[in-house]
Parts: sequence; structure tokens; C-alpha cells
Amino acid sequence: MIHEDSKALLEIRGLRATVNGIEILKGIDLTVRSGEVHAIMGTNGSGKSTLAKVLAGHNAYQVTGGSITFEGNNLFDLEPEERARAGLFLAFQYPIEIPGVSNSHFLRLAYNTVQAQHGKDELDPLEFEDFVREKMKLLDMNPDFLDRGVNEGFSGGEKKRNEILQMALLEPRLAILDETDSGLDIDALRIVTNGVNKLATKDNAIILVTHYQRMLNYIVPDFVHVMQAGRIIKTGGKELALDLETRGYDWVGAEYHAAAEA
Amino acid sequence: MSMVTSNSYLESLLQGQPQLPPSPLAWFNQLRASAVDRAGMLKLPTTRDEDWRFTDISPLAKLSFQPARAVSTLQAPDVERFYLDEAAIRLVFVDGAYMPQFSTQPNKARDLGLTVTDLSSTAVSSHGAVIEPHLGRHAGFQDNLFAALNTAFLHDGALVIVPRNAVVDAPVHVLFIATQPEVASHPRCLLIAESGSAVTIVEDYVTLQEGAYVTNAVTEFVLEGNAQVNHVRIQRDSTQAFHIGHCAVSLAHASRYRSVSVALGARISRYDLNARLAAEGAECAIDGLALISGRQLADTHTCIDHAQPDGISRQLHKCIVDGAAHAVFNGKIMVRPGAQRTDSTQSSRNLLLNAKARVDTKPQLEIFADDVKCAHGATVGQLDIEELFYLKSRGLSELAARNLLTYAFGAEIIDRIPVASLKQRLEQTVFEQTKRS
Repeated sequence: MIHEDSKALLEIRGLRATVNGIEILKGIDLTVRSGEVHAIMGTNGSGKSTLAKVLAGHNAYQVTGGSITFEGNNLFDLEPEERARAGLFLAFQYPIEIPGVSNSHFLRLAYNTVQAQHGKDELDPLEFEDFVREKMKLLDMNPDFLDRGVNEGFSGGEKKRNEILQMALLEPRLAILDETDSGLDIDALRIVTNGVNKLATKDNAIILVTHYQRMLNYIVPDFVHVMQAGRIIKTGGKELALDLETRGYDWVGAEYHAAAEA
Repeated sequence: MSMVTSNSYLESLLQGQPQLPPSPLAWFNQLRASAVDRAGMLKLPTTRDEDWRFTDISPLAKLSFQPARAVSTLQAPDVERFYLDEAAIRLVFVDGAYMPQFSTQPNKARDLGLTVTDLSSTAVSSHGAVIEPHLGRHAGFQDNLFAALNTAFLHDGALVIVPRNAVVDAPVHVLFIATQPEVASHPRCLLIAESGSAVTIVEDYVTLQEGAYVTNAVTEFVLEGNAQVNHVRIQRDSTQAFHIGHCAVSLAHASRYRSVSVALGARISRYDLNARLAAEGAECAIDGLALISGRQLADTHTCIDHAQPDGISRQLHKCIVDGAAHAVFNGKIMVRPGAQRTDSTQSSRNLLLNAKARVDTKPQLEIFADDVKCAHGATVGQLDIEELFYLKSRGLSELAARNLLTYAFGAEIIDRIPVASLKQRLEQTVFEQTKRS
């Protein structure tokens, strides 16, 4: 929801980034205010997942230009874990499996780390168990997933639910959902998006990175940005996503290049 | 191992031991005498011996070891901390000597239908006929100095006989405690699982001091037809100690042996595990974890010998090596002529946490049958950066993330220990040990 007087959570200016010496992001500008939902759409290779990883601080990506301010602070001064504790969350496109660490242990560690940052009490295993089970209901998750290794042997849909469960536990100010819809069947998509909607407030913001319009039927964006070749080439409202669904991406590129040449 | 006629170090070691009282069993005395002879002929292996290529035990020869003194000062609380809640039967040895006051009474084992006793006890005489075909027959000492020394000193030791079709749920805990520096002890175990029986045995080496000493252990397991044995072996010796362990397992028809061995301690440790699938349809699962740091060396040599058809073996060995430590794994799989339809997998996975850490891993397959399924693989690596990033993106510090992943790597083996309290305790130990500040 757009609120005129809400403050900017995230300000990206002229962001450039490379991976293995190849420039992937070629000047991104984006402002996200609290309460807003932004969708970043684009074809494979347009740089949307790179943007998500750069925001979370993956060290395989080198920032070569521009700035990112998160709640008034220079994001580049923060390590990935400091970004997480400051309230930035990335739901992974491909969540990592960690056999040998129980999901409940992992979730509690993450939760307590972020709680401690906010000067709040940590939960012991028993207290956490009750707390997390409550959160799992939001995503219609079987409590058995607590006892398994982190994402170990989870189906694609189960992994995505587990990501959103982490979002529910960590209550970030800014959540970036990287292709959270991929690999979800229609029922799982409804459950996951319903969970995300319940977590959205006027004080936080969500960036949905997606290839398809499908998820946007459930989580309605305030802004839709189209990325191509490392740039945002068009920004519109939720109806832009529907246009893309029917007309594809080519026309946006053509329009952008025509404007650039004019 | 080659022979020499004189070896002052070994002579002193052999002479250092007080005169052992003779056994009423003539063959027992004979076994010991021939081991003494053999030990006098063998010399300490060097890195020129293929089997000891990566493990230099010359520091062992530089130390002088005294015979262990009788321990009188040890109090129950010193020992009790090592007890396992689940264990119904416990045998405790201190610096190699049997401690009846800390062990469960033999009648408790009898109530469970087991024979559990000390090898030096007079009770052994009544089982002479059962023991004779096995004691010293599986862990041969003809070419093995350490097995010869152990057998030469054969006196106290654990004897476990599980009678036909007896199924014992509670584990048998055999606890070896080191309390004196500069002594050599020669722990010995013999387990005979008669046909159709099932038992879990925990062989546990712990210390109450941080000095240098030698533990030279020999264990023999005999699994008769259809027997099932779980074997947990934990080596938590002092990081100044030398630990030489030798385990020989003989598997009869359709028997099943599962072992998890964990090496945490010792300056230099060497564990040889030889499993012989001596009849059709035998099955073994042999897993190991070495978690070492500083200047420790942990060497594991295993040999799984498929001598008959339709055998199954599974092996996962992991090493976590920090500091300037050095881990060695040599995993031999032998498939003898006629051992058709053998199904064997072996995996060696190694995690190096420091640029100075080192691992030598060598799978060794010798296959002389044509209808077999054998797979093996070895990996040596560092912590995965994607896994680290995932944890950090959830707020965990670099250090916490590294610790957790290191722990997880080892936990896969620890999880296979079928004794809950021991598993928990080791998980805690591994977690503490991998937690570097």
C-alpha cells in the first residue's frame, strides 16, 4: 500500500555490479518506502536475482558503482549478517540444504540472533518450539519439518514455505522474495502468498522478484518494474504485470530502445 | 613389517611389565608366550612400511614407559561422569587393570542372560572351550607388533558372550580410563555373539589426565550366523597420548555388524579395523569420524574383506581437520574370487578448516569377482560458501556459521550412534570442539 508520507526504507542509486568481471547490473535506481510492495520482473538473465543477492551482500558479486541506503545507513558498510539483523531478508530462489543441522535448531539460532540485536529475550528450545509451531500454522506446515535437517530432502514447495517461515520469525523491515513462486503448485502458491500477505504491514516492505505474473494475483504490487540487461527499463502499476503476461517482454524493450534513440 | 633380532625399546617395554600370573588354561599361557616371542622379533613400523606411510610413530619410541601402578585413589565421582544412562552392564578398566568396584556385578549380566566378565577372572576358565577358538585368532599378531604386544600382556580384558538368540537392548559399556602418565596399557576385548543374538557394545577410551601415555588396544568380535552387533568405539585420549587400536571382526552367515568409531583425542592415533565377511549374506556398516586439531594425527585403516557371496558393506568415513593436524584414511575393500553379488559402497569425506591442515585419503579396491557392485569416492574440501552465505543471511556471524556447518559435517556420523545419551554427549563435545573463538 502506498502511503504518501511514509519514509524510504531502501534507496538504490546508479547501482552497478559485476560477477567474475562481467557487469550484470548497469545502473539501477529504485526507491522502496515502508508499506509498499514492489515487483521486479524480467526474463532470465536480466539481472533480477543478481540485484537480490547484492542487496543481501553475497560476496561473489562486486559492487562497482552507485549506492544503496537502507533505513538511512550505507548498506555497503554492513556484512550479510548485519544486514539480516538490521531487518533485511532474502528468501532464496534455491534454499540451501544443510544436513546435520536440525531445522528447529537453525530457526532458533536465527531467531535468537535477531532478537538479541533488538535487545529482546532469547527463547530456549521449549519456548521456541511453541512459538515456531504457531508460525508454521500460518503456512500450513507440518511440524515434522522441525526435526529434519535444514531443507534436507524438502520438495521445492516445502523449501519455499520454510523460507517464508523464516520471514515470519525474523519479521524483517524489507523482505526480498526471489522467485518464491517457482516450483509451487497452485495450492502451495495460495498458502505461501497468503502467509506473505499476513506478514505485510505499513511499516515493512516487500520486493517480489519474479518471472511470471502468477504470484501477483495473490500479492498485489504497488509498483511493477521491468528489468532488462541490468537496468530497470519500465516502471508501472499492477496492470503492467497483466500487460506483460499477455504481450510478453519484447515490446517493453522495443519501447525503451526507441525512447533511448529519440 | 620386517624383523630384527634386537630392539632395545621393545625389550624394555616387554621387560617393564610385572610378571603376569599364569592362567589355569594352558592354551592361554601358550598364546601369551608365543606373542612374547613374536613381539621380540618384530620391530616398530616406520614410514617406509606401506601401511604406515603417512604415520610417523617414531615419537613413541623416544618415550620411556613405566608399568602402571595399582590405583587406589580413584573415587567413584571421577569415574561416574563417564557412565552411560542406558548401559545395563559396565566393565571399567583403569590404566589397563580391571576395576570390579566400578563395574557392574557379573550376576547382573547373568540376569540378562549374558556372560560379561574380566578375562583374568576365574570365570573365564569355565568358558575356555568357547574362547579358545577366538581369542588371539582373529586379530593375528604374526605381522603386527602392537597386536603381539597386547597379546603378550594379555591379562585383564573384557569378555562378552551373548548366547544363542539372546537379544539385549541395553548397551554393554566397556570403559577404559587412563589416569597415569608415561605408562603403557593394553586393553583387550573379546565379544562372541552367538547365532541369532543381538547386542550393542560401547568401547570407550577416556582420560583423567593430559599427559603422554600409550593405549594399545585389541578387540575381537565374533558374529555367528544371523547375529547382530552394534559397535560404538570412542577414543577420547589425552592430546599428548598415543593410541593404537586394532579391531578384528569375523562375520558368519547373514550376520550384521554396524560400527561407528569416533577419534577425538591422542597426539597420534592409529585405528585398524578389519571386517571379514566370512560367510554368505553377511552385512557390515562401518562409519568413522576423526575430529582433530593442533598437531594431532589420526590414522584410520579399514579392511572389509568380502570372502563369500552376497555380502553387503557400507562405509562412510569423515575427517574434520583443523590447525596443523593430519588425518589419514586408508579404506581397503577386498572382494575375493567367488564373492559374487557383493554390494559395497565406500565414501571418504574430509573437511579442512585450516591451510596447514592435511588429509591423506586412499580408497583401495581389490576385486577378484566379476558380478559385483562396488562404488567408492573421496572428497576433500572446505566449508561451502553458499551454505555460509545462507546462514549469514539469517543473521549468524561468520564464526557461528562456520561452527554450525563444521558441527553438521560431523553430526552425520554421530547421529548413527544408537545410544542416545552418548550421542548427545558427543554432539555437545563436537559442538564445543568446533566452536572456535
